[in-house]
Amino acid sequence: MKLIFERSKPGHALTILPPLDVERTALPAALLRESAPMLPELSETELSRHYTELNKQVYGVNDGFYPLGSCTMKYNPRVDEEMAALPGFTGIHPLAPKTATEGCRKVLELAASLLEEISGMDAMTFEPAAGAHGEFTGVLLIKQYHDARGDSARRKIIVPDSAHGTNPATAAMCGYEVINIASGEDGCVDLESLKAALGPDTAGLMLTNPNTVGLFDPNILEITRLVHEAGGLCYYDGANLNAIMGHVRPGDMGFDCVHMNLHKTFATPHGGGGPGAGAVGCKVFLAPYLPKSAMLDEPGHCQVRSFAGNFLVVVRALTYILTLGREGIPQASETAVLNANYLMKGLREIFTPAFDRLCMHEFVLDLSDYKKETGVSALDVAKGLIDFGIHPPTMYFPLIVHEALMLEPTETESRETLDEVAEIFRKVAELGREDPEYLHTAPHKAPIGRPDEVAAARSPILRA
Amino acid sequence: MEFPTNLQYSQSHEWVMEEDGIMIVGISDFAQHELGDVVFVNLPEVGDEVTAGEPFGDVESVKAVSDLVSPVTGVVCAVNEELLDSPELLNEAPYESWIIKVENVEAMEELLSAAAYADYCETEA
Repeated sequence: MKLIFERSKPGHALTILPPLDVERTALPAALLRESAPMLPELSETELSRHYTELNKQVYGVNDGFYPLGSCTMKYNPRVDEEMAALPGFTGIHPLAPKTATEGCRKVLELAASLLEEISGMDAMTFEPAAGAHGEFTGVLLIKQYHDARGDSARRKIIVPDSAHGTNPATAAMCGYEVINIASGEDGCVDLESLKAALGPDTAGLMLTNPNTVGLFDPNILEITRLVHEAGGLCYYDGANLNAIMGHVRPGDMGFDCVHMNLHKTFATPHGGGGPGAGAVGCKVFLAPYLPKSAMLDEPGHCQVRSFAGNFLVVVRALTYILTLGREGIPQASETAVLNANYLMKGLREIFTPAFDRLCMHEFVLDLSDYKKETGVSALDVAKGLIDFGIHPPTMYFPLIVHEALMLEPTETESRETLDEVAEIFRKVAELGREDPEYLHTAPHKAPIGRPDEVAAARSPILRA
Repeated sequence: MEFPTNLQYSQSHEWVMEEDGIMIVGISDFAQHELGDVVFVNLPEVGDEVTAGEPFGDVESVKAVSDLVSPVTGVVCAVNEELLDSPELLNEAPYESWIIKVENVEAMEELLSAAAYADYCETEA
């Protein structure tokens, strides 16, 4: 299909503005740009058709199954969108007088208290724009804590090799040296490796629990105790919070600060580039280092993003939490875990689970043996699934599993869907044995076929 | 998979060849195979110090970014800049496509012979 710029025709315009009924005033010359901005010119009909055409090429959770592991692509209830669309929320300016923003501030306060309860933290900021930004903010809290105590020898952050790539990236961006520790045979933190890595130079540990292979680390209390004993702090990556809401709290596991991907766990449509919200919670002793928002009128602004962050994502999260309530939130996690185990059981005769035991909200398949047998890779299977009308799982992550496919069905899928999905996986696996070439070149029924990722990376055409 | 016997290998899948006191470093056939198509290489500069067991650059494939780990401690005296424009050389001819040359070598990791490395790869695969 054409780009919006290719549809542009000079003179086509949107006539949404009423005629000018005040005196025309020229802007000061210093504020004028030298050339006209490159904006497409389209009529409203053309614009509407452009976006409708785009919409038809997109596959989202509203189209069907979307098991993109670690991304929590759950269905987002309409009521969350309706609340976020209320004019009182969408029409407000962050610098409006306090009397006009009372409702918005109430949303932030209530959302903070509920999320503090869910995470076991004492204080919270909503400024970070999404997960990685939340990590960055959280690790800066840790850094500020050590610096404020004059404990400047702590230069290292420990990260397990199963971590999301954002963890080591965050530690490095905060100026820390990243110490990678190998996972044990069971996919969890190897206590001996952790002990060997800890020392007077340890600033902290970054950990996801359940981890990226979908396993809850049974040694979590010992892990956080060891880090604290060495003088470090513990950072909880909330990427997998959907597995444990209302059952166990990062604060009770011994973590000192945490980020939560509100857009994932608390139902904001995501995956298209945002906006998200990486709310950061911390224990009371870290609270003095939290960013402070200008909107809340606190002295000593120290912000990681403008005003209160992506406020409407917080509105959706609050609506989601209040809708599900004290019974619904833990039930959502239970169902997410049940669905993952049900699907893993349905798939284990087809592909080998990387860790064949009870999982949490997601699990990883290891297609190494299947690839040896058929020559068909995890990538080929993922592309083949597209032709059967479902979104592929996450591929080649975590790095500790070769030929990995990582599935997170979420709580919003029915048993019937999970049965259908297992059947589709079976068909694709059989197809790979009968006609591997078909899968090497899949997808065949999508709007575009197999993109040449290698050519795109080696010789990208950045501008036509 | 090939493991030339005139080279030595590290457990992080680099090969090393000595030539008049200078150590030539590249990645093994096993490494390029596991990485998949290499699309970008991040190299040190001539004069940089490298340390045995520490990263000296990285290679990016379609799948992931991986550290290049130096098997030796010393000073970089040459960098294969051809790889910057043609990273695919690492896939096509891993043993002809050296990455760096190191001089003033002070220390080395414990390296494996071709046979021992082949056994090691067998357990890794």
